[in-house]
Amino acid sequence: MSAPIELKLHHTMDRPDSDNLLDRTAQGVISAPLDRPEGPLKVTGRATYADEDHPDGTVHGVLARASVARGWVVGMNTAEVRAMPGVLDVIRDPRLLRSPAQGQASRAPVQNPAEIFYVGQPVALVVAETLEQARHAALAIRPDYEAREPVATADGQPCETPPAKQATQGDLDAAMTAAAHRIDVTYTTPAMSHAAMEPHAAVASWDGDRLTVRSSNQMLKHNVAELADALGIRPGNVRILSQYVGGGFGGKLGISHEAVAAAIAARRLGRPVSVALHRRTVFEATMRRSETRQRVRLACDADGRLTGVGHEAWVSNLKGERFSEPVTQATPFTYAGENRVIGHHVARVNQTTAGSMRAPGEAVGVPVLECAMDELAEAAGIDPVELRIRNIPSEDPSTGKPFSSNRLEDCLRAGAEAFGWADRRLTGQRREGEWLIGMGMASAVRVNMLETSEATVILLADGTARVETDMTDIGTGSYAILTQIAAEALGLPMDRVTTVLGDSDLPPASGSGGSFGAASAGSAVMLAAQAIRTQLARRLGCDEAELTLKDGAAIAGNRMTPLTEVLAGDVLKGNGLIKPGKTEKTVRQATWGAQFAEVAVSALTGEVRLRRLAATFACGRILNEKTARSQCLGGMAFGIGSALTEEVMNDPRDGHFVNRDMAEYHIPANLDVPEMTVTFLPDRDPHANPMQAKGIGELACCGTAGAIMNAIHNATGIRVRDFPATVDKLLDRLP
Amino acid sequence: MPAPTDHPITLTVNGTVETLVLADPRVSLLDALRQRLGLTGTKKGCDHGQCGACTVIVNGRRINSCLSLAVMHDGDAITTIEGLGAPGALAPLQAAFLHHDGFQCGYCTPGQIMSATAMLEELRAGWPSVVSDDLTAPALSDDEIRERMSGNLCRCAAYPNIVAAIRAVADAAAPAEDAA
Amino acid sequence: MRAFAYARAATPSDAIGADGRLIAGGTNLLDLMKLEIETPDRLIDVNHIGLDEIAPDGDGNGDGLRIGAMVRNADLAADDRVRRDWPLLSRALLAGASGQIRNRATTGGNLMQRTRCPYFYDLAAACNKRDPGTGCDALAGRNRNHAILGASDHCIATYPGDMAVALAALDAVVEIEGAAGTRRVPVAAFHRLPGDTPQRDTVLEPGELIRAVTLPAPTGGRQVYRKVRDRRSYAFALVSVAADVTVADGAITRAALALGGVAHRPWRDPDADALLVGRAPDGAAFAAVADAILRGARGHGDNDFKIPLARRTLIAALAEATGTDVRTAA
Repeated sequence: MSAPIELKLHHTMDRPDSDNLLDRTAQGVISAPLDRPEGPLKVTGRATYADEDHPDGTVHGVLARASVARGWVVGMNTAEVRAMPGVLDVIRDPRLLRSPAQGQASRAPVQNPAEIFYVGQPVALVVAETLEQARHAALAIRPDYEAREPVATADGQPCETPPAKQATQGDLDAAMTAAAHRIDVTYTTPAMSHAAMEPHAAVASWDGDRLTVRSSNQMLKHNVAELADALGIRPGNVRILSQYVGGGFGGKLGISHEAVAAAIAARRLGRPVSVALHRRTVFEATMRRSETRQRVRLACDADGRLTGVGHEAWVSNLKGERFSEPVTQATPFTYAGENRVIGHHVARVNQTTAGSMRAPGEAVGVPVLECAMDELAEAAGIDPVELRIRNIPSEDPSTGKPFSSNRLEDCLRAGAEAFGWADRRLTGQRREGEWLIGMGMASAVRVNMLETSEATVILLADGTARVETDMTDIGTGSYAILTQIAAEALGLPMDRVTTVLGDSDLPPASGSGGSFGAASAGSAVMLAAQAIRTQLARRLGCDEAELTLKDGAAIAGNRMTPLTEVLAGDVLKGNGLIKPGKTEKTVRQATWGAQFAEVAVSALTGEVRLRRLAATFACGRILNEKTARSQCLGGMAFGIGSALTEEVMNDPRDGHFVNRDMAEYHIPANLDVPEMTVTFLPDRDPHANPMQAKGIGELACCGTAGAIMNAIHNATGIRVRDFPATVDKLLDRLP
Repeated sequence: MPAPTDHPITLTVNGTVETLVLADPRVSLLDALRQRLGLTGTKKGCDHGQCGACTVIVNGRRINSCLSLAVMHDGDAITTIEGLGAPGALAPLQAAFLHHDGFQCGYCTPGQIMSATAMLEELRAGWPSVVSDDLTAPALSDDEIRERMSGNLCRCAAYPNIVAAIRAVADAAAPAEDAA
Repeated sequence: MRAFAYARAATPSDAIGADGRLIAGGTNLLDLMKLEIETPDRLIDVNHIGLDEIAPDGDGNGDGLRIGAMVRNADLAADDRVRRDWPLLSRALLAGASGQIRNRATTGGNLMQRTRCPYFYDLAAACNKRDPGTGCDALAGRNRNHAILGASDHCIATYPGDMAVALAALDAVVEIEGAAGTRRVPVAAFHRLPGDTPQRDTVLEPGELIRAVTLPAPTGGRQVYRKVRDRRSYAFALVSVAADVTVADGAITRAALALGGVAHRPWRDPDADALLVGRAPDGAAFAAVADAILRGARGHGDNDFKIPLARRTLIAALAEATGTDVRTAA
């Protein structure tokens, strides 16, 4: 086989796309609801996750935890623990992490476990021959502390108010005073946990100076940099494998305790070391979504036209963390109103690190804004859907920039129609025996992003293709859509394209996060395939735009030639690179949706039974209708959790994560999730990327909780302003 | 502390007789499958019976393999996801999960499918659930499937597709049963 | 998990008086052992001792039921006689845990289930139940799932199960065998109140074995189990109510109520139940009995809501058991 002939196609999104390649290709697989190509491995248990396929001689590490919230570890019974059966090592290394890295950090997070910042912070790694021995020995670790009084909760704490995160426009106070109708309300949302089903795990092994870590991570190029920096080694010596990731939701964006600890231990012991976090450690020592307190002020005229929008948020995090939940991210551009205030305040607490969790910002900010809109609709006597439609701005009201596309009104109208919104009755008007029935709705809004991403596509002489990128598939459907994009662009049946992901030695992708993965990694794959199309066109003596590729053949002019013939034994390689450019600055990009909920609330006990959810979304080109729908169902179920069941409980004395297991932190179970319908509006956004596709997985969880809360109000007349709506919040106000 | 004693046990796993000598009775059935027998299709999501990812079928019954000691299963017959079907030869539920996209990240999936396999047997045996209106004659409503599958958490929340996949298999099996 | 010696018992007599902890389904014990909240030196596996039959029982006509201690929760819930005559028991079992856990959990083991108090589950926390004399961090901590009835300053933990709540309402009896012979303890008296010895959950003595639970003949009343929880399935009760109520000629002739999730044991109050007898099933009667049951209830912060919730759940269960319109019941 001859060496591949490579062509690079690198593209910066400085202008809206005018080529629209995927609308002029012929294979017909793009957007089709195809099964996941890796699916057969997943349904048969053959897909191997991080803590599987242990190399021979692998030993087991378990992290020991701090039981105080603040202070220093000044001693430890390491000698005693080292003498326990099977124990190989007790590691207290200053390179161990305090916190996992934040998303896209690309450098080490805060290290050194000797200083304690929260209960449950890892203080040492115990390694033993077997997991049973290591688990027991880790529980035998007794640190000596020099403890300090912790800041257990954010209540009453002074806050940082970063100037760059505040904004005012006009005079909101005056607008409130002059308003025909006004709302000034404070809501709270609790801290939440990602709770991916696969606990964080890493298996590290060294070959000389080269480190290989099988781990469960979302963003390999950043993770390599973070791990190398944390260990003080060259990034070129680090390889991370995350072929299958058992869920992330933002909880595996950055490198975490297990990878660093496993790498250090494997180096010291000269043996492969597996560190799989106990579920309790995942809860208390990886990441959480910050709790929020949100004050929303809305002012409108007699016709319901907004004259003022205020949204101020109070969140928390550990000292030294730059991230803070961007609660108000979508507020500046969702609704009109000339007088505006955005506020952002961060308290420093001794609790589990706060980081990105599915739709950071909008997941908690949008439901609250949407509840406040519902309150305003009621105050103004205007239908909630109509109130929103009246306030859709023609341009971003905070910056004056045009929208790349604003489909909110289309979503609201189509969604209301499909759901049967017209059947909604006024508050407290519908009852079926014990059950009070209500309907609610919310807009869904999420910013749209593009990140630098690279991919290689190789067209082999036999007419099959291979896609290579270090992109991850955390359940989002990367294997499916990247295969589809390459198959579509190269005119190949799906089974002739193989997609290889999750290996940091492959071209660096955006990684999975921020709903930018499909758009970014997908665009890179499309560009790589387009580079091959260009090569094929050259060989056929035609222009790429005139080339049709279908079912393994090229059609140019009136002639059809099998690809194998065009290749004539050659291997063609395309390298695609997409970079964000001016279109992320010149226009406001977002994805849009409308969510509708119907609930039944027990008039006796306050139990809420969600009856159905329906959502309509516009998020650019849909790359796979099946996996896109699944992403939305999952996002909506995330919203069910935040509306009804999920809450991190912190001890008021030391801030520790009290309900740190899956029996007491209630992610929705199957019975909590009712019939859900998802509709995608046909959509293209040329400003977004060359595929004209946008993010999906996060949009779906923005708004859901608001729709449910508003439905509860419609059923009962009760405003629950403290998420989630558990029975205790309804009991004393039931009719 | 008691002196370690070797515990030789025999398990019939997916039809194959496996003999293990456990020097440590602390090994859970889950860890025996994953680490001693290399059957990593069975997943560890919580290790405390709170998620269902480790579900296997023991002597015909679905159980959480994390909440059982391997040594307690000497002589038992165990079916894991690897024993149900293979790529290219999928069991009906595996094929239905694939077609209905009854999974996303795939980590809870083997447990879901093992649980569903046993759950359909429980339904055939007429077992009730807490949502059965009539305890003596449960009907196969969607809520019945949801309740009976609620011991298998899925954070990706593929639940609606899981219900659709199970219903498809149950409905396909139903006419044959009526005829019988 | 601390190292232990393992032995398999072949007969009940192997287990009676044995030096070690008995393990049946293990669904709670292994959970606790992994966290080293339970640290037995010896485990006696009782999964092969028999005691797994459900048989007719009763002094005269055999209308009662004798449930072997090793009968799995799933089998008990699906038993035809239980479904027909004691649907309350079937529903309570099915409201608990998951299909997988019910396949392992046993009748005897389920009675021995320990509390879900997060401070009991936290080796770093003060807990008189786990480590007598250390205090109770739940008192001023997060106590959403804690007791409102019968608690003490030493412990506010709850018994978390469902089965025993139904059994208590059905006047079931635990049959216990020890070296000194067999004794019979009503389920309602099997679990203790914490007092100043919360480390003892039940009246079972070391070396004793639960052989069976017996159910008296069904009362002919309508049986209801109502469980309120934070998630619709696979979650412990915030409050549950078991009710067995007979109505004849427009008046209640017999009522047995038990509450779960509110105390260190399934909560029964026969004196309060008696207030219903002779009354028409209506909101006033239901409120009166609920208020009587909850007269000594006390919250500890997070769990204050359980008092009104228990009241309302009692009313809901009574309304359902008597076929009363909830609008007039509330």
